Amino acid sequence: MSSSLPQQKVVPSAWTHRHLLDLKRLTSDEIKLLLDTTAMFKEATDGCRRKLSVLSGATIANLFFESSTRTRTSFSLAARRLGADVVDFSAVGSSLSKGESFIDTAKNIEAMGIDAVVVRHQTPGTPHLLSQHLNVGVINAGDGPHEHPTQGLLDIFSIRERLGDLKGITVAMVGDIAHSRTARSNFWGLTKLGAKVIFCGPPTLVSPRWAELGAEVSHDLDAILPRCDCLNLLRIQFERQSTRPFPSVREYAHLYAMNKQRLAGAKKDLLILAPGPINRGVEVTADVADCPQSLILNQVTNGIAVRMAVLWLTCGPRSHSSGKTL
Amino acid sequence: MASLLVRGGRFVDPSQNIDRVASLLLREGVVVAIDPPDVHADEVIDATGMIVSPGLVDMHVHLREPGREEDETIETGTAAAIVGGFTSIACIPNTEPPIDTQGAVEFIHQKAVRADHCNVFVVGCVSRNREGKELAEIGQLVEAGAVAFSDDGAPVYDAELMRRAFEYCLMFDKPILAHEEVLELSRGGVMHEGLVSLVLGLTGMPAAAEEVLIGRDAALAEVTGGRLHVMHVSTAGGVALVRAAKARGVRITAEACPHHFTLTDECMWGFDSNFKMSPPLRTAVDVEGVIEGIVDGTIDCIATDHAPHAREKKMLELDRAPFGILGLETALGLSVTRLVATGRIGWPRLIEAMSVLPSRILGINRGTLRIGSIADITIIDPIQRWQVDVGTFKSKSVNSPFDRWTLEGRAVATIVGGRIKHRLL
Repeated sequence: MSSSLPQQKVVPSAWTHRHLLDLKRLTSDEIKLLLDTTAMFKEATDGCRRKLSVLSGATIANLFFESSTRTRTSFSLAARRLGADVVDFSAVGSSLSKGESFIDTAKNIEAMGIDAVVVRHQTPGTPHLLSQHLNVGVINAGDGPHEHPTQGLLDIFSIRERLGDLKGITVAMVGDIAHSRTARSNFWGLTKLGAKVIFCGPPTLVSPRWAELGAEVSHDLDAILPRCDCLNLLRIQFERQSTRPFPSVREYAHLYAMNKQRLAGAKKDLLILAPGPINRGVEVTADVADCPQSLILNQVTNGIAVRMAVLWLTCGPRSHSSGKTL
Repeated sequence: MASLLVRGGRFVDPSQNIDRVASLLLREGVVVAIDPPDVHADEVIDATGMIVSPGLVDMHVHLREPGREEDETIETGTAAAIVGGFTSIACIPNTEPPIDTQGAVEFIHQKAVRADHCNVFVVGCVSRNREGKELAEIGQLVEAGAVAFSDDGAPVYDAELMRRAFEYCLMFDKPILAHEEVLELSRGGVMHEGLVSLVLGLTGMPAAAEEVLIGRDAALAEVTGGRLHVMHVSTAGGVALVRAAKARGVRITAEACPHHFTLTDECMWGFDSNFKMSPPLRTAVDVEGVIEGIVDGTIDCIATDHAPHAREKKMLELDRAPFGILGLETALGLSVTRLVATGRIGWPRLIEAMSVLPSRILGINRGTLRIGSIADITIIDPIQRWQVDVGTFKSKSVNSPFDRWTLEGRAVATIVGGRIKHRLL
């Protein structure tokens, strides 16, 4: 076990946030700092396999009000790789089903002496609400369709790892933009770093008003494909839709599924991401999901590094406040 | 009963086209003289520099009692009303149980008399048990004193039932107060559907959800000749629909709420549930549309939609927190600040919108200070700047986003039936 980091020993003073609630309000420098810190941890842990002790003694609580396997596991692993203890709370079977409000639940967990809360909730803004009521760091692990900042960061990190600078590249996010927190976090992060974002899907899932915020809006995947450096294929979130936004899965797949034929019309080195879980055959066919340009599994590994960076920045000793070093 | 002289104020009574400095003599709860020559009164209020107005009337208040006394009671709600300058309020029947029987109407009247703050007029349900299936016993409710009918909180969804309600109310000449919302379009919504909801990932309630039903009800009022009063118009498109209906002679009136001409959906950036109400806060264009409606008279009156919710209910996730915002104690200040101080309307129009027209729509003998009328008077300091403090609210709830706002214009005395119920002068 390595007890220290190779280069930086203190949380950089450029990081001033106690919480990580969304990417929208971060500056490009703050996002770059998060990405650089991610790179540092990925290297220091030899690709997220080795364990550090920079957060030993700290306890991270996973507070998941919505089911999740991979994000929760990723946060847990990241915390353990940093030497922190992890406690898991899930809404099912806890006091929440007895009528306690989620703020009371969170305050109880806080009173048990934890250092940060990783929260996932089906309602946008819930992490923000918690951050106003708790005295510990709050990390948003996905709040409804609003944001999923660590997912956005890991997608951006995975692209940057391959392409270097993001300035001027074109990233298309395809599918269920309306219900996608991943799309929103990617949009803010990519845009701030100088990339161009295209939102592509049927008008029932892609509002034309995104154009007012700087995204390009398209309903024709084949038309935009030749211009793309990177595709991020979003899962159709059937569970969040009150009425079906397209007539059939068959028709959706016909119009928007990424398959071998479509790939032929794209740049040779087109990168393919998917935040997962993916519906094979709906957003992407198996041959494309497993092709060499697919970053899907890199994303998973990078997710741990990103979460290490976020946990360390939000609950590690602060050079600018305490002056402590690791 | 003692006599009371209100002396030296600017007496603004649009029901008599009066706007001049005058003194009012009240005796036995009635206005007995304007500018009496040789006065002797038991008590004198010097209203110099103040506006002396017919008592303000809020025709849209949720008193919550019976059933949800943890949010508000008739006692606390009427206490809040007089502090806000209201001498009369109309309470909306979405209580538990709903006000759809004579007994329920009498219960409200008795509780209001016992509280002894302001007058309470009762709005009865349009449909039995507010279920939207069959008409409530409207005739019985009228006999008990109900002044209007509404299923507010929800629309009367069945168009045929709404048509029958308009027709049936014709024989009593009572208006239907309509909450206009196409539920399929607003389902799951917590805020206005627009750019802000898009970014926040919150489910939106499109302006069309409100406008489609305003259009339907205007058409039904037109074919039946019934009286439609559109509650809480919040969109520029809704104002345009009301304007067009008025132009073709439909018996339609409308109200707007202070929050809808003061705040926009941009308030939701902080995810604060105190900004969650139905209809939701709209855009700056809608705010301007509503103000224009008030200026040109398309919107007849200002009503609060005072909707108290206990603190613990509002401290939930946005989709679980209830819709609603307090209004009684901030309505006058917000209206003066937003409409009069900015020069959009003058005092006579404000008093028309907050007293004369709501009284006329409800058919109640208020909203005027003609000699011989009931002495309900609100005295307003037109330029006093004061800070809202929800900690001092008489309301049982605190769900106001205006806490710590500085407002201009304040009720400094509220006189109900000749008796001073609230006095800062």
